Amino acid sequence: MEAFTSFISSFQTRFYLAFIAEDRWTQYIEGVGTTLLATALALVLGLILGVLVAVIRTAHDQQRPNHHNPALAVINGIAKVYVTIIRGTPMVLQLLIWMFVVFTFSRNATAVGVFGLGINSGAYVSEIIRGGLMAVDSGQMEAGRSLGLPYADTMRFIVVPQAVKAILPALGNEFIVLLKDTSLLTVIGGKELIYFAKGVANRTYDQMFPLLGAACIYLVLVMIFSWLLGKLERRLRQSDRR
Amino acid sequence: MIDVKGLYKSFGDHEVLHDLNEHIHPGEKVVIIGPSGSGKSTFLRCLNLLEEPTQGTITFQDQVITDPKADINLIRRQMGMVFQHFNLFPNMTIRKNITLAPVRTGLMKQEEADKTATELLQRVGLADKADAYPGQLSGGQKQRIAIVRALAMKPKLMLFDEPTSALDPEMVGEVLDVMKQLAEEGMTMVVVTHEMGFAREVGDRVLFMADGKIVEQNTPELLFGAPREERTQSFLAKVL
Repeated sequence: MEAFTSFISSFQTRFYLAFIAEDRWTQYIEGVGTTLLATALALVLGLILGVLVAVIRTAHDQQRPNHHNPALAVINGIAKVYVTIIRGTPMVLQLLIWMFVVFTFSRNATAVGVFGLGINSGAYVSEIIRGGLMAVDSGQMEAGRSLGLPYADTMRFIVVPQAVKAILPALGNEFIVLLKDTSLLTVIGGKELIYFAKGVANRTYDQMFPLLGAACIYLVLVMIFSWLLGKLERRLRQSDRR
Repeated sequence: MIDVKGLYKSFGDHEVLHDLNEHIHPGEKVVIIGPSGSGKSTFLRCLNLLEEPTQGTITFQDQVITDPKADINLIRRQMGMVFQHFNLFPNMTIRKNITLAPVRTGLMKQEEADKTATELLQRVGLADKADAYPGQLSGGQKQRIAIVRALAMKPKLMLFDEPTSALDPEMVGEVLDVMKQLAEEGMTMVVVTHEMGFAREVGDRVLFMADGKIVEQNTPELLFGAPREERTQSFLAKVL
């Protein structure tokens, strides 16, 4: 019984130290804010890069035989190398290289980290989009072209709107992965959630509560976004049935 | 209207078309029959360059369309194509399916295209479906819409790639009726089909293809009534 009360009181003390003393909860909030902002910015950069690369690679692969554009072949080659390198190396290593090899002059680790995450995400997003475009029945492209519509119009009005339905749920997944991957910014000194949790842990000499607290926050965030994505997916499926 | 000279087509090492030479006259209805894998669909798809010929020239109204400098979009606007699997755009209403190409290519303004769409839909008895989506229609209705969509571009020539092969038997008739009506109006038509009755009734000329070559061609009466080649005889014995 005594052991139990002492456990409870030490639990209270440790919880108090980890989250309440000196308004430490505000630090977690600040960390979550940075995490969400970093996720959003990296996602935007990833989307821009991903769309660009997907468009280049799809346009290159769908050229008519005997009508190959040499400039497009070069850009396509660069895009392919980009995707291969990014997908073929660990994200932590990429972040370390951006921080300590490329942007050695920068002191803003968070910004460099967001940049690195966006570059990384772009490679995966491009493959998601390319997969979605290729999943559209080739008869759709043929029907559009047989009517005399140019390639770009056929893509814009016929193929892309159909591909979006396949792409959006997968992009949602990428968003969740990205949200959790922002935690890697801590490795190069980015000031996101884990950075602050570690700070509290170092000051209170207690690792358990700050780290478990951070874990709970991630879990709640991911659950919220998963729920939202589920709703979006059901919406898309409904519009399929009309 | 279309002139084909020395047409070859290979997919990798596999030769699908071997030295085809053919001429299609304005107003003519040409029906292509033959066993599957004989190259008839590939031949048809070469005519609007959905398949790029490996070798040979195709001339459409004095323009060499196999010339790399030819504007393929301009040429395709004058040739309608109807596919086996309809290929309607599922993300648009029927009206939008029909008007998208005429409006985007600058052939018509939206109001004019809408009017054309309504007229064409009335002709095939589907005016009430203008605001429906393709997913709500039967196969036969989809194919009639697909024909209308091609006609909206006011083509000079219509290509049909096995238009009734994916249909339930009871829907074949309604699609063939539309095609017959089109034939009576004088449209130039090239039709790949397994419907021998249609070939006999509508065709001015029937081509029998096998192994990438045109084995025999004649009027329907003579081709079906007195085939000369053994390959034709054995094919017709199986399908008739």
